[in-house]
Amino acid sequence: MTFSAQLEARFDKLLKSYPPGRQRSAMIPMLLYAQDEIGQITGELVNEVATRIGVTPLQVNEVLSYYSMLHTKPLGKYHVQVCTNISCLLHDGDKLYEHACRKLGIGHKEVTADGEFSIEEVECIGACSWAPAIQVNYDFHHHVTPEKLDQLLDGLRKKP
Amino acid sequence: MLFNEPSPLETKVLTRRFGLPNSASIDTYLATEGYQAFLKAAKMKPEEIIAEVKVSNLRGRGGAGFPTGMKWGFVPRTSSKPKYIVVNGDESEPGTCKDRVLIENDPHQLIEGVLIAGLSVDAHAGYIYIRGEYRYLIEVMEKALAEAYEKGWLGKNIQGTGFDFDLYAHTGAGAYECGEESALLESLEGKRGIPRIRPPFPAVAGAFQCPTILNNVETFCAVPAILRDGGAAFAALGIPKSGGTKMTCLTGHINKPGVYELKLGFPVKQMIEEVGGGIRHGKKLKAFIPGGSSCPVLTAAEVEGATMDYDSMASRKTMLGSGGVIIMDEDTCMVKAALRIMRFYAHESCGWCIPCREGTTWLKKILMRFHDGQGTRTDIDLIGDIAKNMLGRTFCPLGDAAAMPTISIVEKFRQEFEDHLNGKPCPYEHSGSMVTV
Repeated sequence: MTFSAQLEARFDKLLKSYPPGRQRSAMIPMLLYAQDEIGQITGELVNEVATRIGVTPLQVNEVLSYYSMLHTKPLGKYHVQVCTNISCLLHDGDKLYEHACRKLGIGHKEVTADGEFSIEEVECIGACSWAPAIQVNYDFHHHVTPEKLDQLLDGLRKKP
Repeated sequence: MLFNEPSPLETKVLTRRFGLPNSASIDTYLATEGYQAFLKAAKMKPEEIIAEVKVSNLRGRGGAGFPTGMKWGFVPRTSSKPKYIVVNGDESEPGTCKDRVLIENDPHQLIEGVLIAGLSVDAHAGYIYIRGEYRYLIEVMEKALAEAYEKGWLGKNIQGTGFDFDLYAHTGAGAYECGEESALLESLEGKRGIPRIRPPFPAVAGAFQCPTILNNVETFCAVPAILRDGGAAFAALGIPKSGGTKMTCLTGHINKPGVYELKLGFPVKQMIEEVGGGIRHGKKLKAFIPGGSSCPVLTAAEVEGATMDYDSMASRKTMLGSGGVIIMDEDTCMVKAALRIMRFYAHESCGWCIPCREGTTWLKKILMRFHDGQGTRTDIDLIGDIAKNMLGRTFCPLGDAAAMPTISIVEKFRQEFEDHLNGKPCPYEHSGSMVTV
Protein backbone atom coordinates (compact mmCIF):
# COMPACT_ATOMS: atom_id res chain seq x y z
CA MET A 1 0.00 0.00 0.00
CA THR A 2 1.12 3.54 -0.56
CA PHE A 3 0.30 6.39 1.75
CA SER A 4 0.91 10.13 1.70
CA ALA A 5 4.46 11.27 2.43
CA GLN A 6 3.20 12.81 5.66
CA LEU A 7 1.71 9.52 6.86
CA GLU A 8 4.82 7.59 5.82
CA ALA A 9 6.90 10.02 7.89
CA ARG A 10 4.60 9.45 10.84
CA PHE A 11 4.89 5.69 10.46
CA ASP A 12 8.69 5.95 10.35
CA LYS A 13 8.70 8.02 13.51
CA LEU A 14 6.31 5.63 15.26
CA LEU A 15 8.38 2.58 14.38
CA LYS A 16 11.41 4.27 15.97
CA SER A 17 9.53 5.30 19.12
CA TYR A 18 9.51 1.96 20.90
CA PRO A 19 12.29 -0.28 22.22
CA PRO A 20 13.93 -2.74 19.79
CA GLY A 21 11.64 -5.69 19.09
CA ARG A 22 8.60 -3.78 20.39
CA GLN A 23 7.37 -2.36 17.07
CA ARG A 24 3.99 -3.91 17.74
CA SER A 25 3.44 -0.89 20.00
CA ALA A 26 2.97 1.21 16.87
CA MET A 27 -0.06 -0.82 15.78
CA ILE A 28 -2.92 1.20 17.26
CA PRO A 29 -1.53 4.63 16.31
CA MET A 30 -0.73 3.36 12.78
CA LEU A 31 -4.27 2.02 12.32
CA LEU A 32 -5.87 5.23 13.56
CA TYR A 33 -3.69 7.58 11.49
CA ALA A 34 -4.17 5.41 8.40
CA GLN A 35 -7.91 5.35 8.97
CA ASP A 36 -7.88 9.15 9.04
CA GLU A 37 -6.28 9.13 5.60
CA ILE A 38 -8.13 6.34 3.82
CA GLY A 39 -11.45 6.52 5.64
CA GLN A 40 -11.72 3.07 7.17
CA ILE A 41 -9.68 0.04 8.17
CA THR A 42 -9.60 -2.26 5.16
CA GLY A 43 -8.30 -5.82 4.95
CA GLU A 44 -5.46 -4.51 2.83
CA LEU A 45 -4.53 -2.02 5.55
CA VAL A 46 -4.61 -4.75 8.20
CA ASN A 47 -2.17 -6.82 6.13
CA GLU A 48 0.05 -3.82 5.50
CA VAL A 49 0.27 -2.83 9.16
CA ALA A 50 0.84 -6.46 10.16
CA THR A 51 3.75 -6.73 7.73
CA ARG A 52 5.32 -3.47 8.84
CA ILE A 53 5.27 -4.33 12.55
CA GLY A 54 5.96 -8.02 12.16
CA VAL A 55 2.76 -9.63 13.45
CA THR A 56 0.04 -11.69 11.76
CA PRO A 57 -3.09 -10.07 10.29
CA LEU A 58 -5.09 -12.03 12.88
CA GLN A 59 -3.21 -10.26 15.67
CA VAL A 60 -4.13 -6.91 14.13
CA ASN A 61 -7.79 -7.90 13.70
CA GLU A 62 -7.97 -9.06 17.29
CA VAL A 63 -6.78 -5.65 18.50
CA LEU A 64 -8.82 -3.59 16.09
CA SER A 65 -12.13 -5.10 17.20
CA TYR A 66 -11.47 -3.81 20.71
CA TYR A 67 -11.13 -0.08 20.06
CA SER A 68 -14.26 1.97 19.46
CA MET A 69 -12.54 4.55 17.25
CA LEU A 70 -11.30 1.99 14.72
CA HIS A 71 -13.90 1.42 12.01
CA THR A 72 -14.04 -1.30 9.38
CA LYS A 73 -16.92 0.42 7.59
CA PRO A 74 -16.74 3.88 6.02
CA LEU A 75 -18.00 6.82 8.08
CA GLY A 76 -19.50 10.01 6.72
CA LYS A 77 -17.19 12.80 5.62
CA TYR A 78 -18.33 14.47 8.83
CA HIS A 79 -18.64 12.02 11.69
CA VAL A 80 -20.97 13.62 14.25
CA GLN A 81 -20.36 12.21 17.71
CA VAL A 82 -22.86 13.27 20.35
CA CYS A 83 -22.03 12.59 23.98
CA THR A 84 -24.98 11.49 26.12
CA ASN A 85 -22.98 10.43 29.15
CA ILE A 86 -24.00 11.67 32.58
CA SER A 87 -22.64 15.26 32.56
CA CYS A 88 -23.96 15.86 29.04
CA LEU A 89 -27.22 14.06 29.87
CA LEU A 90 -27.82 16.55 32.70
CA HIS A 91 -27.67 19.21 29.97
CA ASP A 92 -30.07 17.34 27.67
CA GLY A 93 -27.39 15.61 25.63
CA ASP A 94 -29.88 12.79 24.98
CA LYS A 95 -32.33 15.22 23.41
CA LEU A 96 -29.52 16.77 21.38
CA TYR A 97 -28.63 13.31 20.06
CA GLU A 98 -32.24 12.63 19.10
CA HIS A 99 -32.38 16.02 17.39
CA ALA A 100 -29.23 15.22 15.39
CA CYS A 101 -30.70 11.86 14.32
CA ARG A 102 -33.94 13.50 13.17
CA LYS A 103 -32.09 16.30 11.39
CA LEU A 104 -29.91 13.91 9.40
CA GLY A 105 -32.48 11.14 9.11
CA ILE A 106 -30.07 8.48 10.33
CA GLY A 107 -29.38 6.62 13.56
CA HIS A 108 -26.46 5.35 15.57
CA LYS A 109 -23.45 4.43 13.39
CA GLU A 110 -25.41 5.09 10.19
CA VAL A 111 -24.27 7.17 7.22
CA THR A 112 -26.40 9.53 5.09
CA ALA A 113 -27.06 8.38 1.54
CA ASP A 114 -24.76 11.08 0.13
CA GLY A 115 -21.94 9.94 2.42
CA GLU A 116 -21.62 13.41 3.96
CA PHE A 117 -22.61 12.64 7.54
CA SER A 118 -22.58 9.80 10.02
CA ILE A 119 -23.79 9.81 13.60
CA GLU A 120 -22.56 8.06 16.68
CA GLU A 121 -23.86 8.29 20.22
CA VAL A 122 -20.58 8.34 22.11
CA GLU A 123 -19.45 7.89 25.69
CA CYS A 124 -17.73 10.67 27.64
CA ILE A 125 -15.47 12.73 25.37
CA GLY A 126 -13.93 14.84 28.14
CA ALA A 127 -15.89 18.04 27.71
CA CYS A 128 -18.05 17.57 30.81
CA SER A 129 -17.73 21.11 32.15
CA TRP A 130 -18.80 22.57 28.82
CA ALA A 131 -21.75 20.25 28.22
CA PRO A 132 -23.54 19.28 26.13
CA ALA A 133 -20.66 18.56 23.83
CA ILE A 134 -20.14 16.93 20.47
CA GLN A 135 -17.19 16.12 18.28
CA VAL A 136 -17.32 16.40 14.51
CA ASN A 137 -14.40 14.28 13.39
CA TYR A 138 -11.75 15.49 15.87
CA ASP A 139 -13.18 18.98 16.46
CA PHE A 140 -14.87 19.70 19.77
CA HIS A 141 -18.00 21.84 20.02
CA HIS A 142 -19.12 22.92 23.48
CA HIS A 143 -22.43 24.14 24.93
CA VAL A 144 -24.25 22.85 21.85
CA THR A 145 -27.95 23.64 21.49
CA PRO A 146 -30.22 22.14 18.81
CA GLU A 147 -30.08 25.50 16.99
CA LYS A 148 -26.28 25.62 17.09
CA LEU A 149 -26.16 22.04 15.87
CA ASP A 150 -28.42 22.91 12.92
CA GLN A 151 -26.21 25.86 11.98
CA LEU A 152 -23.09 23.75 12.25
CA LEU A 153 -24.42 20.90 10.13
CA ASP A 154 -25.92 23.25 7.53
CA GLY A 155 -22.57 25.04 7.30
CA LEU A 156 -20.71 21.78 6.80
CA ARG A 157 -23.15 20.61 4.16
CA LYS A 158 -22.44 23.73 2.09
CA LYS A 159 -18.68 23.28 2.29
CA PRO A 160 -17.21 22.26 -1.07
CA MET B 1 -7.43 28.23 25.31
CA LEU B 2 -9.62 28.42 28.40
CA PHE B 3 -13.21 27.28 28.12
CA ASN B 4 -14.44 28.95 31.30
CA GLU B 5 -13.58 32.02 33.34
CA PRO B 6 -11.23 31.32 36.25
CA SER B 7 -12.54 31.84 39.80
CA PRO B 8 -10.89 34.21 42.30
CA LEU B 9 -11.15 31.36 44.83
CA GLU B 10 -8.69 29.22 42.90
CA THR B 11 -5.16 28.49 44.11
CA LYS B 12 -3.12 28.63 40.94
CA VAL B 13 -0.20 26.25 41.10
CA LEU B 14 -0.61 23.89 38.15
CA THR B 15 -2.63 26.52 36.31
CA ARG B 16 -0.28 29.43 37.07
CA ARG B 17 0.55 29.93 33.39
CA PHE B 18 -3.02 29.59 32.14
CA GLY B 19 -4.10 32.73 30.36
CA LEU B 20 -0.57 33.95 29.60
CA PRO B 21 0.05 34.68 25.92
CA ASN B 22 1.22 31.46 24.19
CA SER B 23 1.13 29.65 27.51
CA ALA B 24 1.87 26.35 25.76
CA SER B 25 5.11 27.57 24.16
CA ILE B 26 8.55 26.78 25.51
CA ASP B 27 9.47 30.48 25.47
CA THR B 28 6.64 31.31 27.86
CA TYR B 29 7.54 28.30 29.95
CA LEU B 30 11.21 29.22 30.23
CA ALA B 31 10.35 32.85 31.01
CA THR B 32 8.23 31.74 33.98
CA GLU B 33 10.67 29.51 35.92
CA GLY B 34 10.09 26.63 33.54
CA TYR B 35 12.53 23.69 33.69
CA GLN B 36 14.24 25.23 36.77
CA ALA B 37 12.84 22.42 38.92
CA PHE B 38 14.44 19.89 36.60
CA LEU B 39 17.84 21.61 36.90
CA LYS B 40 17.46 21.61 40.68
CA ALA B 41 16.47 17.92 40.68
CA ALA B 42 19.39 17.04 38.43
CA LYS B 43 21.74 18.16 41.23
CA MET B 44 19.92 16.04 43.82
CA LYS B 45 20.29 12.36 44.59
CA PRO B 46 17.39 10.22 43.33
CA GLU B 47 16.34 9.35 46.88
CA GLU B 48 16.26 13.05 47.73
CA ILE B 49 13.86 13.71 44.86
CA ILE B 50 11.57 10.93 46.03
CA ALA B 51 11.82 12.21 49.61
CA GLU B 52 10.73 15.66 48.44
CA VAL B 53 7.72 14.18 46.64
CA LYS B 54 6.85 12.21 49.79
CA VAL B 55 7.03 15.40 51.90
CA SER B 56 4.60 17.08 49.49
CA ASN B 57 1.92 14.49 50.34
CA LEU B 58 1.08 14.37 46.63
CA ARG B 59 -1.36 11.57 45.93
CA GLY B 60 -2.32 10.12 42.57
CA ARG B 61 -4.70 12.47 40.83
CA GLY B 62 -6.21 9.96 38.42
CA GLY B 63 -8.67 8.66 40.97
CA ALA B 64 -7.03 6.09 43.20
CA GLY B 65 -5.19 8.61 45.38
CA PHE B 66 -2.13 6.45 46.03
CA PRO B 67 0.80 8.39 47.56
CA THR B 68 3.03 9.33 44.62
CA GLY B 69 6.38 9.39 46.43
CA MET B 70 5.75 5.90 47.78
CA LYS B 71 4.84 4.65 44.29
CA TRP B 72 8.09 6.03 42.89
CA GLY B 73 9.98 4.44 45.76
CA PHE B 74 8.76 0.97 44.70
CA VAL B 75 10.68 1.17 41.42
CA PRO B 76 13.93 -0.83 41.67
CA ARG B 77 16.26 1.96 40.54
CA THR B 78 19.33 -0.24 40.33
CA SER B 79 17.64 -2.92 38.20
CA SER B 80 19.64 -3.79 35.11
CA LYS B 81 16.47 -3.45 33.00
CA PRO B 82 15.59 -0.14 31.38
CA LYS B 83 13.09 1.91 33.38
CA TYR B 84 10.18 3.83 31.86
CA ILE B 85 7.95 6.74 32.75
CA VAL B 86 4.38 6.45 31.43
CA VAL B 87 1.85 9.25 31.59
CA ASN B 88 -1.80 8.29 31.80
CA GLY B 89 -3.60 10.82 29.63
CA ASP B 90 -6.47 8.50 28.80
CA GLU B 91 -8.87 10.79 30.66
CA SER B 92 -12.24 9.08 30.21
CA GLU B 93 -13.93 8.98 33.60
CA PRO B 94 -17.33 10.61 33.06
CA GLY B 95 -17.31 14.08 34.61
CA THR B 96 -13.58 14.59 34.12
CA CYS B 97 -12.02 17.07 31.69
CA LYS B 98 -9.00 18.44 33.57
CA ASP B 99 -6.04 16.71 31.92
CA ARG B 100 -7.29 18.19 28.69
CA VAL B 101 -6.78 21.76 29.91
CA LEU B 102 -3.46 20.92 31.58
CA ILE B 103 -1.99 19.55 28.35
CA GLU B 104 -3.52 22.20 26.13
CA ASN B 105 -2.38 25.17 28.19
CA ASP B 106 0.92 24.01 29.65
CA PRO B 107 2.41 20.90 28.01
CA HIS B 108 5.96 21.72 29.11
CA GLN B 109 4.93 21.47 32.77
CA LEU B 110 4.01 17.84 32.05
CA ILE B 111 7.30 17.21 30.24
CA GLU B 112 9.24 18.66 33.17
CA GLY B 113 7.33 16.48 35.64
CA VAL B 114 8.19 13.41 33.57
CA LEU B 115 11.86 14.39 33.41
CA ILE B 116 12.02 14.72 37.20
CA ALA B 117 10.36 11.32 37.57
CA GLY B 118 12.97 9.98 35.16
CA LEU B 119 15.80 11.36 37.31
CA SER B 120 14.30 9.75 40.42
CA VAL B 121 14.44 6.19 39.07
CA ASP B 122 17.16 6.45 36.41
CA ALA B 123 14.69 6.12 33.52
CA HIS B 124 15.65 7.41 30.09
CA ALA B 125 12.47 7.05 28.07
CA GLY B 126 8.82 7.81 28.54
CA TYR B 127 5.45 7.69 26.83
CA ILE B 128 2.51 10.04 27.11
CA TYR B 129 -0.59 7.97 26.39
CA ILE B 130 -3.37 10.31 25.27
CA ARG B 131 -6.89 9.15 24.49
CA GLY B 132 -7.63 9.03 20.77
CA GLU B 133 -10.47 11.56 20.93
CA TYR B 134 -7.94 14.18 22.11
CA ARG B 135 -6.21 14.28 18.73
CA TYR B 136 -5.56 18.02 18.95
CA LEU B 137 -3.70 17.43 22.20
CA ILE B 138 -1.42 14.92 20.49
CA GLU B 139 -0.54 17.78 18.15
CA VAL B 140 -0.03 20.20 21.07
CA MET B 141 2.15 17.60 22.79
CA GLU B 142 4.18 16.78 19.69
CA LYS B 143 4.85 20.46 19.11
CA ALA B 144 5.98 20.86 22.74
CA LEU B 145 8.19 17.77 22.49
CA ALA B 146 9.80 19.10 19.31
CA GLU B 147 10.47 22.46 21.03
CA ALA B 148 11.98 20.68 24.02
CA TYR B 149 14.29 18.62 21.80
CA GLU B 150 15.26 21.69 19.81
CA LYS B 151 16.16 23.70 22.91
CA GLY B 152 17.97 20.82 24.59
CA TRP B 153 15.41 19.93 27.28
CA LEU B 154 14.97 16.42 25.88
CA GLY B 155 17.43 14.09 24.18
CA LYS B 156 21.07 13.43 25.02
CA ASN B 157 22.91 15.14 27.87
CA ILE B 158 20.07 17.51 28.70
CA GLN B 159 21.50 20.99 29.44
CA GLY B 160 24.89 19.46 30.23
CA THR B 161 23.56 17.44 33.17
CA GLY B 162 24.65 14.15 31.60
CA PHE B 163 21.06 12.94 31.78
CA ASP B 164 19.47 11.49 28.63
CA PHE B 165 15.73 11.25 28.14
CA ASP B 166 13.47 10.55 25.17
CA LEU B 167 9.74 11.21 25.39
CA TYR B 168 6.99 10.23 22.95
CA ALA B 169 3.28 10.96 22.55
CA HIS B 170 1.18 7.84 21.94
CA THR B 171 -2.48 7.90 20.86
CA GLY B 172 -5.16 5.58 22.15
CA ALA B 173 -8.16 4.70 19.98
CA GLY B 174 -11.24 4.80 22.17
CA ALA B 175 -11.43 2.60 25.25
CA TYR B 176 -12.21 3.74 28.82
CA GLU B 177 -10.57 0.59 30.14
CA CYS B 178 -7.19 1.81 28.87
CA GLY B 179 -7.23 4.41 31.65
CA GLU B 180 -6.69 1.51 34.06
CA GLU B 181 -2.93 1.34 34.48
CA SER B 182 -2.29 -2.28 33.53
CA ALA B 183 -4.71 -2.16 30.59
CA LEU B 184 -2.97 1.03 29.44
CA LEU B 185 0.34 -0.81 29.45
CA GLU B 186 -1.18 -3.61 27.34
CA SER B 187 -2.55 -1.02 24.92
CA LEU B 188 0.86 0.69 24.76
CA GLU B 189 2.28 -2.66 23.66
CA GLY B 190 -0.21 -2.83 20.77
CA LYS B 191 -2.71 -5.18 22.37
CA ARG B 192 -6.32 -5.19 23.50
CA GLY B 193 -6.68 -3.13 26.66
CA ILE B 194 -7.18 -5.98 29.08
CA PRO B 195 -5.97 -5.65 32.68
CA ARG B 196 -3.00 -7.60 33.98
CA ILE B 197 -3.09 -9.55 37.19
CA ARG B 198 -1.09 -7.92 39.96
CA PRO B 199 1.41 -8.44 41.50
CA PRO B 200 3.74 -7.76 39.83
CA PHE B 201 2.83 -4.08 39.87
CA PRO B 202 3.97 -1.68 37.13
CA ALA B 203 6.74 -0.41 39.43
CA VAL B 204 8.42 -3.78 38.93
CA ALA B 205 7.01 -5.05 35.62
CA GLY B 206 5.28 -2.25 33.74
CA ALA B 207 5.89 -1.01 30.21
CA PHE B 208 7.57 -3.77 28.16
CA GLN B 209 7.79 -5.78 31.41
CA CYS B 210 10.30 -3.27 32.79
CA PRO B 211 10.12 -1.16 35.98
CA THR B 212 7.80 1.77 35.32
CA ILE B 213 6.44 4.87 37.00
CA LEU B 214 2.88 5.34 35.77
CA ASN B 215 0.90 8.36 36.92
CA ASN B 216 -1.91 10.58 35.78
CA VAL B 217 -1.21 13.80 33.81
CA GLU B 218 -2.18 15.99 36.76
CA THR B 219 0.13 14.09 39.13
CA PHE B 220 3.16 14.71 36.91
CA CYS B 221 2.11 18.33 36.41
CA ALA B 222 2.31 18.89 40.18
CA VAL B 223 5.91 17.69 40.38
CA PRO B 224 7.75 20.77 39.00
CA ALA B 225 6.09 23.00 41.62
CA ILE B 226 7.03 20.51 44.36
CA LEU B 227 10.72 20.52 43.39
CA ARG B 228 10.78 24.26 42.71
CA ASP B 229 9.09 25.50 45.87
CA GLY B 230 9.72 22.48 48.09
CA GLY B 231 7.49 19.61 49.09
CA ALA B 232 6.58 21.31 52.37
CA ALA B 233 5.21 24.38 50.58
CA PHE B 234 3.03 22.17 48.37
CA ALA B 235 1.82 20.14 51.34
CA ALA B 236 0.94 23.34 53.20
CA LEU B 237 -1.55 24.25 50.46
CA GLY B 238 -3.73 21.30 51.33
CA ILE B 239 -4.68 19.60 54.54
CA PRO B 240 -2.75 16.97 56.53
CA LYS B 241 -2.19 13.79 54.51
CA SER B 242 -3.43 15.41 51.26
CA GLY B 243 -1.05 18.02 49.93
CA GLY B 244 -1.56 20.66 47.30
CA THR B 245 -4.37 21.47 44.95
CA LYS B 246 -6.81 19.45 42.87
CA MET B 247 -8.02 20.24 39.40
CA THR B 248 -11.76 20.13 39.93
CA CYS B 249 -14.28 19.87 37.10
CA LEU B 250 -17.67 21.25 38.04
CA THR B 251 -20.29 19.64 35.82
CA GLY B 252 -24.04 19.15 35.74
CA HIS B 253 -26.70 21.47 37.14
CA ILE B 254 -24.52 24.36 38.22
CA ASN B 255 -24.45 27.98 37.11
CA LYS B 256 -20.74 28.22 36.34
CA PRO B 257 -19.55 24.81 35.24
CA GLY B 258 -15.84 24.72 34.55
CA VAL B 259 -12.42 23.41 35.54
CA TYR B 260 -11.00 25.09 38.64
CA GLU B 261 -7.83 24.49 40.63
CA LEU B 262 -8.83 24.31 44.30
CA LYS B 263 -6.87 23.60 47.44
CA LEU B 264 -7.45 20.15 48.85
CA GLY B 265 -9.86 20.46 51.72
CA PHE B 266 -11.97 23.08 49.95
CA PRO B 267 -15.48 23.11 51.48
CA VAL B 268 -18.01 21.50 49.13
CA LYS B 269 -20.73 24.03 49.91
CA GLN B 270 -18.44 26.96 49.13
CA MET B 271 -17.35 25.21 45.95
CA ILE B 272 -20.94 24.84 44.77
CA GLU B 273 -22.17 28.25 45.89
CA GLU B 274 -19.17 30.53 45.31
CA VAL B 275 -16.94 28.87 42.73
CA GLY B 276 -19.82 27.33 40.78
CA GLY B 277 -22.31 30.13 41.37
CA GLY B 278 -24.93 27.85 42.93
CA ILE B 279 -27.33 25.30 41.53
CA ARG B 280 -28.85 26.22 38.19
CA HIS B 281 -32.28 27.91 38.15
CA GLY B 282 -32.16 28.30 41.95
CA LYS B 283 -33.00 24.63 42.41
CA LYS B 284 -31.97 22.47 45.35
CA LEU B 285 -29.18 19.91 45.31
CA LYS B 286 -30.35 16.31 45.13
CA ALA B 287 -27.19 14.29 44.49
CA PHE B 288 -23.47 14.96 44.40
CA ILE B 289 -20.72 12.86 42.84
CA PRO B 290 -17.30 14.05 44.01
CA GLY B 291 -14.93 12.63 41.42
CA GLY B 292 -16.22 10.86 38.35
CA SER B 293 -19.14 8.53 37.81
CA SER B 294 -17.49 5.60 39.58
CA CYS B 295 -17.76 7.28 42.99
CA PRO B 296 -20.66 6.50 45.31
CA VAL B 297 -23.24 9.28 45.20
CA LEU B 298 -23.81 11.61 48.17
CA THR B 299 -27.14 13.11 49.12
CA ALA B 300 -27.56 16.83 49.86
CA ALA B 301 -27.59 16.03 53.58
CA GLU B 302 -24.33 14.07 53.34
CA VAL B 303 -22.63 16.97 51.58
CA GLU B 304 -23.14 19.16 54.70
CA GLY B 305 -19.73 19.85 56.22
CA ALA B 306 -17.88 17.87 53.56
CA THR B 307 -14.60 19.08 52.14
CA MET B 308 -12.94 18.16 48.85
CA ASP B 309 -10.18 15.83 50.04
CA TYR B 310 -9.45 12.13 50.30
CA ASP B 311 -10.30 11.69 54.01
CA SER B 312 -13.49 13.74 54.11
CA MET B 313 -14.84 11.77 51.16
CA ALA B 314 -13.65 8.43 52.59
CA SER B 315 -15.45 9.21 55.86
CA ARG B 316 -18.64 9.56 53.79
CA LYS B 317 -17.93 6.21 52.11
CA THR B 318 -17.15 7.78 48.75
CA MET B 319 -13.98 8.94 47.01
CA LEU B 320 -12.35 12.17 45.89
CA GLY B 321 -11.70 10.28 42.66
CA SER B 322 -10.61 12.13 39.55
CA GLY B 323 -12.02 15.54 40.42
CA GLY B 324 -15.01 15.19 38.10
CA VAL B 325 -17.77 16.71 40.23
CA ILE B 326 -21.27 15.88 39.01
CA ILE B 327 -24.08 17.96 40.46
CA MET B 328 -27.69 16.85 40.13
CA ASP B 329 -30.60 19.07 41.07
CA GLU B 330 -33.96 18.16 42.65
CA ASP B 331 -35.59 17.39 39.28
CA THR B 332 -33.09 14.70 38.31
CA CYS B 333 -34.39 11.16 37.94
CA MET B 334 -31.93 9.02 39.85
CA VAL B 335 -33.08 5.84 38.10
CA LYS B 336 -32.19 7.46 34.82
CA ALA B 337 -28.84 8.61 36.22
CA ALA B 338 -28.10 5.07 37.47
CA LEU B 339 -29.09 3.66 34.09
CA ARG B 340 -26.91 6.07 32.12
CA ILE B 341 -23.94 5.37 34.35
CA MET B 342 -24.47 1.61 34.00
CA ARG B 343 -24.89 1.81 30.22
CA PHE B 344 -21.46 3.41 30.13
CA TYR B 345 -19.77 0.70 32.18
CA ALA B 346 -21.52 -2.06 30.23
CA HIS B 347 -20.21 -0.50 27.02
CA GLU B 348 -16.70 -0.12 28.38
CA SER B 349 -16.29 -3.45 30.19
CA CYS B 350 -13.46 -5.18 28.39
CA GLY B 351 -15.14 -8.56 28.89
CA TRP B 352 -12.17 -10.21 30.55
CA CYS B 353 -13.80 -10.82 33.96
CA ILE B 354 -17.22 -12.43 34.01
CA PRO B 355 -18.65 -10.61 37.07
CA CYS B 356 -18.00 -7.30 35.31
CA ARG B 357 -18.97 -8.30 31.78
CA GLU B 358 -22.21 -10.03 32.79
CA GLY B 359 -22.97 -7.88 35.83
CA THR B 360 -22.85 -4.58 33.97
CA THR B 361 -24.93 -5.92 31.08
CA TRP B 362 -27.62 -7.39 33.32
CA LEU B 363 -27.75 -4.29 35.48
CA LYS B 364 -28.15 -2.18 32.36
CA LYS B 365 -31.03 -4.36 31.18
CA ILE B 366 -32.78 -4.31 34.54
CA LEU B 367 -32.35 -0.54 34.95
CA MET B 368 -33.59 0.05 31.41
CA ARG B 369 -36.68 -2.04 32.12
CA PHE B 370 -37.16 -0.21 35.39
CA HIS B 371 -36.86 3.22 33.88
CA ASP B 372 -39.41 2.28 31.25
CA GLY B 373 -41.90 1.43 33.98
CA GLN B 374 -41.64 -2.33 33.52
CA GLY B 375 -39.76 -3.02 36.75
CA THR B 376 -40.95 -5.23 39.58
CA ARG B 377 -40.49 -4.75 43.31
CA THR B 378 -37.96 -7.57 43.52
CA ASP B 379 -35.83 -5.81 40.91
CA ILE B 380 -34.87 -3.13 43.42
CA ASP B 381 -33.10 -5.63 45.66
CA LEU B 382 -31.85 -7.55 42.65
CA ILE B 383 -30.01 -4.46 41.37
CA GLY B 384 -28.28 -4.04 44.72
CA ASP B 385 -27.48 -7.76 44.96
CA ILE B 386 -25.92 -8.04 41.52
CA ALA B 387 -23.86 -4.91 42.11
CA LYS B 388 -22.62 -6.14 45.49
CA ASN B 389 -21.61 -9.46 43.94
CA MET B 390 -19.38 -7.65 41.45
CA LEU B 391 -17.40 -5.83 44.14
CA GLY B 392 -13.83 -7.02 44.49
CA ARG B 393 -14.29 -9.93 42.09
CA THR B 394 -12.53 -8.53 39.04
CA PHE B 395 -8.93 -8.06 37.88
CA CYS B 396 -9.31 -4.29 37.65
CA PRO B 397 -11.51 -1.68 39.33
CA LEU B 398 -13.99 -1.30 36.44
CA GLY B 399 -16.38 -3.78 38.04
CA ASP B 400 -16.21 -1.85 41.31
CA ALA B 401 -16.56 1.43 39.42
CA ALA B 402 -19.85 0.21 37.97
CA ALA B 403 -21.12 -1.31 41.20
CA MET B 404 -20.34 1.47 43.68
CA PRO B 405 -22.49 4.29 42.31
CA THR B 406 -25.32 1.82 41.63
CA ILE B 407 -25.34 0.46 45.19
CA SER B 408 -25.32 3.99 46.58
CA ILE B 409 -28.16 5.16 44.33
CA VAL B 410 -30.36 2.18 45.16
CA GLU B 411 -29.71 2.58 48.90
CA LYS B 412 -30.04 6.34 49.09
CA PHE B 413 -32.79 6.92 46.55
CA ARG B 414 -34.85 3.77 46.99
CA GLN B 415 -38.05 5.80 47.05
CA GLU B 416 -37.48 6.85 43.45
CA PHE B 417 -37.31 3.21 42.41
CA GLU B 418 -40.53 2.57 44.33
CA ASP B 419 -42.15 5.51 42.54
CA HIS B 420 -41.25 4.03 39.16
CA LEU B 421 -43.35 0.97 40.05
CA ASN B 422 -46.51 3.06 39.92
CA GLY B 423 -46.85 2.52 36.20
CA LYS B 424 -45.45 5.80 34.99
CA PRO B 425 -42.24 5.47 32.99
CA CYS B 426 -40.61 8.24 34.94
CA PRO B 427 -42.34 10.32 37.58
CA TYR B 428 -39.51 12.87 37.67
CA GLU B 429 -39.41 13.68 34.01
CA HIS B 430 -42.21 14.78 31.79
CA SER B 431 -40.56 14.67 28.42
CA GLY B 432 -37.90 12.75 26.62
CA SER B 433 -37.06 9.12 27.00
CA MET B 434 -33.76 7.43 27.50
CA VAL B 435 -31.88 7.04 24.28
CA THR B 436 -31.25 3.36 23.89
CA VAL B 437 -28.47 1.90 21.86
